[in-house]
Amino acid sequence: MKRHLVSAADLTRDDALLILDTAEELAQLSGRAVKKLPTLRGRTVVNLFFEDSTRTKTSFEVAEKRLSADVINFSAKGSSVSKGESLKDTALTLQAMGADAVVIRHHASGAPARLAQSDWLHGSVINAGDGTHEHPTQALLDAFTMRRHLNPGASGNALRQGLDGRRVTIVGDVLHSRVARSNVHLLTTLGAQVTFVAPPTLLPIGIENWPCEISYDLESVLPKSDAVMMLRVQRERMNAAFFPTEREYSRRYGLDGTRMAQLPEHAIVMHPGPMVRGMEITAEVADSPRCTVVEQVANGVSIRMAVLYLLLGGAVFADGPADTPRTDSVETAQ
Amino acid sequence: MTTHQDPSPRAPHQVLDGTDIARVVTRIAHEIVERAKGAEDVVLLGIHTRGVHLARRLHGRLAQITGRDIPLGTLDITMYRDDLRLKPARALEHTEIPAGGIDGKLVILVDDVLFSGRTIRAALDALSDIGRPRAVQLAVLVDRGHRELPIRADYVGKNLPTSLREAVQVRLADTDGVDAVLVGDRDYTARSSQALAPQPSEPHLPE
Repeated sequence: MKRHLVSAADLTRDDALLILDTAEELAQLSGRAVKKLPTLRGRTVVNLFFEDSTRTKTSFEVAEKRLSADVINFSAKGSSVSKGESLKDTALTLQAMGADAVVIRHHASGAPARLAQSDWLHGSVINAGDGTHEHPTQALLDAFTMRRHLNPGASGNALRQGLDGRRVTIVGDVLHSRVARSNVHLLTTLGAQVTFVAPPTLLPIGIENWPCEISYDLESVLPKSDAVMMLRVQRERMNAAFFPTEREYSRRYGLDGTRMAQLPEHAIVMHPGPMVRGMEITAEVADSPRCTVVEQVANGVSIRMAVLYLLLGGAVFADGPADTPRTDSVETAQ
Repeated sequence: MTTHQDPSPRAPHQVLDGTDIARVVTRIAHEIVERAKGAEDVVLLGIHTRGVHLARRLHGRLAQITGRDIPLGTLDITMYRDDLRLKPARALEHTEIPAGGIDGKLVILVDDVLFSGRTIRAALDALSDIGRPRAVQLAVLVDRGHRELPIRADYVGKNLPTSLREAVQVRLADTDGVDAVLVGDRDYTARSSQALAPQPSEPHLPE
């Protein structure tokens, strides 16, 4: 495994399965009286959020606290970033404070990769969503949720299994979706087939080179899907008219009860959240037992614990040679 | 392999064979029934990896003796180890606590070799996060001495005085194809496991 988690494409099948299996074990913790492990005691994790987030930030924070790490929350609002500080200076500041890992969400695609490749920080960089690029922990928790539902008995003896031969349909605003990008990499690594369904205007340039199929007709794809993932239309990133009206989008690409009925018996409906009811998903579908939105949030904590443990728990960096110990960053910064 | 420095490391020799191990498990099962007065509230927890297999065997014996199904579980102590910072992060094993939980029960931890005591310390920490047992006892197949913590076993299969130069290897049919306990020089084990054994069972070295 690499030292950083910047892109889902960095994960080999073995890495991904290790994370999923570790998360499967850690998921047991939520049923316990004491939901805490001493594993990351004395390690400092900084949550560096330049963009608003409730789900991801809370999820990371819960995961860090359950592993007994010291958590520092740093949001752009109310910090020196709002006074014009650059990413580099923020990173150097965090390094001087001795951060062992930085969880970063940034509105610019590539910001986590910049941090990971620089020598500003010595710790691990975990991408919690950058612009329209990637959101690897979301893809991992989606794969985790699919594996639990689609591989019978996955919580017990079906560890080390991927999602081979499963068909996953991702519907909606692929163009602006970092979730779709991370998912297509990870799901392909795990052996699943991904089909995107979206208006042509909401598909990125170069998508023909992605390991996926493309369709413009939701009805024809649904009957052969094992999981359908609905994406939110990201109005805040839209600078042009990508479709005529919301009503038309909703009619053609939204998931309602009638369309859900076309899915095979075992198929699940997923959504990375936040949902816009009435737009890409109707309330009927969102509230149905086949919809795994709430479960995905719970699984997110387990996945993030697994990632933090595997990147930070050991003596050396996950990709480092065994004889170069993790340096205590405060000393090296001087 | 090619150079033989003196004193050359001794080859591992067998101290317990399959029948010995079976006898030891039976004896410990009887001791548990005797000391726990019928083993009414006993919960067996095997510590990964070989403690799990031993706990399963002990569970079978106890079922024969008492005619009841004693709750059986497994415990992975990786997240509680005190040497996590000294080695790369490793994969987790499956922890399974019996449905009845461990609150108010007599928990018997089962492991293959008792050495520094650090594994048991970690297991005790893990238990305190899972529940509050009435009491915790420890059953081991081999006690090889050299404790680094004030921990002792309640049920011991065999006391095996060893030197720190030696390594104790427990092999169980479930993972290693054969039941045996071997003692040999650690140098030899390290060297032979590189050269010969494709999948050596991990010798119990100081942690």
